[in-house]
Amino acid sequence: MNDSKKMMSQARVGVLSLALVALPAFRLSAQDAPDVGPHPPQPLPAMESHIGNVTGHAKDAKMDYRRYCVGCHGDLGDGNGENAVWLDPKPRDFTIATFKCRSTPTGTLPTDEDLYNTIGRGLTNSNMPIWNTFSPQMKADLVAYIKTFSPRWQKEKAGDPIKIPAEPPVTIESIAHGKALFTKLECWKCHGPQGKGDGPSAATLTDSKDQPIRPYNFAGGGDDSRFKCGSTNQDIYRIFMTGLDGTPMPSFMDTIQPNDAWDLVHFLRTLQVHRHSKENDVLKAAGGKIPAYEEKAAPASSSPSGASGGGN
Amino acid sequence: MRLSKPCTAVLVAALCPVMTFAGTISGKVTFTGTPVKQKPIDMSKEPSCAKQHATPVTTETVVTGANNTLENVVVYISAGADDAAAGQAVTFEQKGCQYIPHIVALHTGQDLKVMNDDQTSHNIHPLAKVNREWNKSQPPGSPPIEAKFDSPEFISVKCNIHPWMHGWFAVLKTSHFAVTKDDGTFSLPNLPAGKYTVTAWHEDYGTQTADITITGNETKTTDFSFKAKAY
Repeated sequence: MNDSKKMMSQARVGVLSLALVALPAFRLSAQDAPDVGPHPPQPLPAMESHIGNVTGHAKDAKMDYRRYCVGCHGDLGDGNGENAVWLDPKPRDFTIATFKCRSTPTGTLPTDEDLYNTIGRGLTNSNMPIWNTFSPQMKADLVAYIKTFSPRWQKEKAGDPIKIPAEPPVTIESIAHGKALFTKLECWKCHGPQGKGDGPSAATLTDSKDQPIRPYNFAGGGDDSRFKCGSTNQDIYRIFMTGLDGTPMPSFMDTIQPNDAWDLVHFLRTLQVHRHSKENDVLKAAGGKIPAYEEKAAPASSSPSGASGGGN
Repeated sequence: MRLSKPCTAVLVAALCPVMTFAGTISGKVTFTGTPVKQKPIDMSKEPSCAKQHATPVTTETVVTGANNTLENVVVYISAGADDAAAGQAVTFEQKGCQYIPHIVALHTGQDLKVMNDDQTSHNIHPLAKVNREWNKSQPPGSPPIEAKFDSPEFISVKCNIHPWMHGWFAVLKTSHFAVTKDDGTFSLPNLPAGKYTVTAWHEDYGTQTADITITGNETKTTDFSFKAKAY
């Protein structure tokens, strides 16, 4: 074949490939495929999901689950799909209904929206894809379907999402306080003093299925580095306040005051040394060094000999 | 003493709120064979705990006493007793980077208070599979963490920061339970007449049961003997 014909046939292949890639938006119908699963509990619980004004129905997601999910999450939704043996971290086991990314307290079920967001956002540093090609209806149906794998969803209600106060301004004092908290709460035991995931306990961490697991490395990654459960300051706040259930990362809900938590968020951003952020700008403007944090004295009376003495 | 029937009835009725006919099942738990030696724990990564132990402590998977007695065996009535109400709160302490006691037995719905008496943070991570799994950080000086569990389950508990820490919450449907100490003995009192199944659970050697019938206020003895595992 001469060159132009070659190019034409290559172009045809290209167009065909594009069409195939665009297929995720196309939903298979039940009649098209032989029964190779999935096999959630029968009869399928009439599970619904509610995200915004979209209502998902479990029965409408069976073929989508088969097309996109069963390979990793398995026929029975227990995380033992065909691919699972080669994956680390392992795919989520839906049958125990323990999830990392929640807006709800540790030990409680996530909201439908939490699951919906996880599907659309994927899970960084794992094989969970970013399914941003799915329509809202598809994602909602899949959320409802996921809820059929564990009887917990029929017995328990989702937890109440934690309240996140408005973020205070990023200042060097906030960052300094965050650093003091990072030290006091011993985050460095797993995450390491620079958040590189190399703390003294890091090497022995295992998840709740006894698989080795590493703590997050804040210093890794570039400008686009994300967390398992998002990439915004609010997401960070939520992660350490609700904990990542199923992993060694605990909830600090009972140990940090809400405003102090924001200070910790601001400090954590400075550990992401390769990522441009307001926090890194503030740190740079302060000379690149985080000052020691001084406990603020309690608001005193205006008299100079008031109760608040020097540093505590 | 022999009394006429009406007198006995009156006596019993008068004494009923205070004294019912209730028997006791008691016994001893022992093992045969040679248990695996427990390994010393290296706490050098946590100096504040290491210095609390003049000699290193060992793992507690199998703890034995003199005369082949087996400690940390949960003995409980698994059938035949009413699900009596839960008692007062039980405590689970983190001290010297160890869980004290190694196993705490409690009734479903009974309050559990977890305390951190160390100078380091711990995280309490009950690896529940039937109950909800949760994971909370507890820095030194924190108030006790309060928890309860709704379903019977033997829950393995760990601290992720200190990987040698292992303990158990034995959540039971009954309040007739005991955990053996180093003399291996247990006693389950206050059992009305009836047929009971007693279960003995050890975290490594498994479970054994025995069926006992109580007819009045006698004490019946049943012993358990577990076979030590080679590894």
